[in-house]
Amino acid sequence: MKWLRDVLDNLKPNFEKGGKFPWLHSTFDAFETFAFVPKTTTSCGAHFRDALDMKRTMTMVILALMPALLFGTYNIGYQHFHSINPSLAFFDGFWDNLWYGIVKVLPIIVVSYVVGLSIEFGFAQWRKHEVNEGFLVTGMLIPLVMPPDVPLWQVALATAFAVVIGKEVFGGTGMNFLNPALLARAFLFFAFPSSMSGDNVWIAQKADAFSGATPLAEMMIGAELPSASFWDMFLGIMPGSIGETSSVAILLGAAFLIITGIGSWRIMLSVFIGGALMGLTFNLFGSNPYTQIPFYYHYVLGGFMFGAVFMATDPVTAAQTNKGKWIYGLLIGVMAVLIRVVNPAYPEGMMLAILLLNVFAPLIDYYVVDANIRKRMKRWKIKGGKNV
Amino acid sequence: MVKTITVRKGFDIKLKGEAKKRVMDVEIDSYAVKPSDYLGVNPKLMVQKGDMVKVGQPLFYAKENPRILFTSSVCGQVQEIVRGEKRFIEEIQIKASKVQESVSFGEFALDLMDKEQVIEKLLQTGLWTLLRQRPYAVIPNPESCPKCVIITAFSSSAYAPDYNLLTQGREKDIQMGIEVIKKVANCKVHLNVCGKNTTAPEILNLKGVQINRFVGKHPVGNVSVQISRLDPMCKGDRVWYVDIQDLAIIGRFFLSGRIEKDKIIALAGSEVKNPQYYRVRMGACIFPLVNDNVNSQNFLRFISGDVLTGKSIAKTGYIGAYDNLISVIKEGNYYEFLGWIAPGLKKFSFYRTFLSGFTNLLPFSRRKPVEIDTNMHGGKRALVLTGEYEKVLPLDIYPMQLIKACIIGDIDLMEQLGIYEVDAEDFALCEVIDVSKTDIQSIIRNGLELIRKEMGE
Repeated sequence: MKWLRDVLDNLKPNFEKGGKFPWLHSTFDAFETFAFVPKTTTSCGAHFRDALDMKRTMTMVILALMPALLFGTYNIGYQHFHSINPSLAFFDGFWDNLWYGIVKVLPIIVVSYVVGLSIEFGFAQWRKHEVNEGFLVTGMLIPLVMPPDVPLWQVALATAFAVVIGKEVFGGTGMNFLNPALLARAFLFFAFPSSMSGDNVWIAQKADAFSGATPLAEMMIGAELPSASFWDMFLGIMPGSIGETSSVAILLGAAFLIITGIGSWRIMLSVFIGGALMGLTFNLFGSNPYTQIPFYYHYVLGGFMFGAVFMATDPVTAAQTNKGKWIYGLLIGVMAVLIRVVNPAYPEGMMLAILLLNVFAPLIDYYVVDANIRKRMKRWKIKGGKNV
Repeated sequence: MVKTITVRKGFDIKLKGEAKKRVMDVEIDSYAVKPSDYLGVNPKLMVQKGDMVKVGQPLFYAKENPRILFTSSVCGQVQEIVRGEKRFIEEIQIKASKVQESVSFGEFALDLMDKEQVIEKLLQTGLWTLLRQRPYAVIPNPESCPKCVIITAFSSSAYAPDYNLLTQGREKDIQMGIEVIKKVANCKVHLNVCGKNTTAPEILNLKGVQINRFVGKHPVGNVSVQISRLDPMCKGDRVWYVDIQDLAIIGRFFLSGRIEKDKIIALAGSEVKNPQYYRVRMGACIFPLVNDNVNSQNFLRFISGDVLTGKSIAKTGYIGAYDNLISVIKEGNYYEFLGWIAPGLKKFSFYRTFLSGFTNLLPFSRRKPVEIDTNMHGGKRALVLTGEYEKVLPLDIYPMQLIKACIIGDIDLMEQLGIYEVDAEDFALCEVIDVSKTDIQSIIRNGLELIRKEMGE
């Protein structure tokens, strides 16, 4: 790759101070560091550093999202043809399904990345920072939580809102307190409810005769149990957001995140425990059918699994202390099920639960750290007393 | 009574090129004292270029406390006084002469001296500077009173020298050193040894100290970790600590009346042809050790100390005052095409995102030493990942919060979060595994300096 290096070395002076395009420095830097890990060496502190950097960290999360994306893409095609011909089996017309899905999903991904990255580059340039890799993940998360029929201009608007208001106004990646991808979804949910709820948006170009209600919506209007079986829902063969339907695909991603050490197993596990606790509590005291479903149905309904694995674990917006992570996760699980079952206005409790706990995460951390401070102060006091 | 203490968290870094267990003698005629080895010391020169100095003759004193003298470890001529930024004295270089003469410190016997006389003797000879104090890792004020003293007799870092070898045949010196310390500081004296590797009778048979066997991964050898397990720090507490080889130098002086700052150091690293131990005098030039002994095809980094906390020096540089290890590794000034997505069979990483993270799990390749270089492996970013520092910091401290408190310079918050219990070196592993490539050690060091100035110490 010597020639590419040479090309970059030749171009580089143009983008540095005194060159022709110093205002494009961040952009050049982003492409250069994409092609080559820089040759910077350690100048103070430890003389060697871990081979893992932010680019690879974010890439790992994107890899973890791949099973959900691939399954989701296929499922969109299948759900579309299934609504036209309800006797269609899952693997019938494999390539048709897949192609249909790609045609639907790819534009959404492209719009999300183009809009988001443009804004990121712009802000980096303006602040004279390096371009941060955070949006690589956000840009993939946004399409995965969208319904397949969402208009592209709405994706663009939601992405722009999420990046500017959710992230950049606070200083960019690492400084935001709300999960940008969820913020994009919440924005659409409240600004354009007709594209984000109801029975018509969850199957791409659904045949009119077909009901199209997601299992979550069926539960909402008082079904005993969803019409899809537990295993169908677990596998993800149901209408829904692009990447959220298949628990299997999401769990594959979860395993990948935990093995590589990038995702927090504490948060994932505690969200599930929280959901189970609330589900069981409803089983004990509830009076309508929704309260009586087995707690593990909550895991496979709607965005619970996706939220637990990919949204709640965002390290920037989650609680930062280990104890805090347990509390944060538990409360997300509890709130998600609570909102779902009790509040009929919001079928998707997971999104709201995570955003709510994003807001409370710093407070949780504050009390966890405060306990540590108090312990220390107590030790000082005892010690001081002895001396006197 | 021997106590065993197990520390659970940590991370051992096993690197290629550990020193073989043989000690070589080598002729060295160039020496230097580096004031920057002594944190917080503002040097005031007492010699000039061209002066002849004897062993034990003071070269400079600390402006903050003129009683603290820094003496020459060799007899010879002051060859050069190297000054750096703002004319700060970086090195006082001395060319050793053939015949070594010593300053005479008169007749004395430890038994007949009181505390003040011993302290005065240590200050006069410059041996006082071998002691250090927590918090701040500075030379203790002779008027201060520690709550305990820690003698460190092992290291857990990368390329850690074997203290069994370092202390060979020095039992009497060390025992005398302990008596001196006990006279100077009326408090408990801990001798901290490695639960796994320390076997030398020179260490384990020492009297009058509490021997603690520490078991665990790096940073179990760090003083802060040991203090946290033995007697946690409170505000206003002081703990003194001294390396066992330095203690032997102190003991030797009280036995023989002569200053012999000789010690054994390890030369290690992937780029050293014959990694082994050398018997040298404090402040020795490393050039004779490394000249024909390193791979010259690569750009190299010479480090006085270990690769986690040591100082970068030139090939003709001098070993630091408190160091007993020279590490030599490759410089990493190369571009790596799409390195951030490479499978990485041979990369060093704490995480399992590279294939190397899995090959190490296979039974036949377990604990295979890895090779490292000085490349940053990525650009600096905002702090994003959480919960990682905690895995390698065995202290009851919230590292992320403390780092942020140091960045904003909030003294109250730093105190509350336990700044007195740590030193920069404790955060070395955090710095290594940090995905955002933050220079954490210097952040903590600056925090400590800020608070030290505020406290007027």
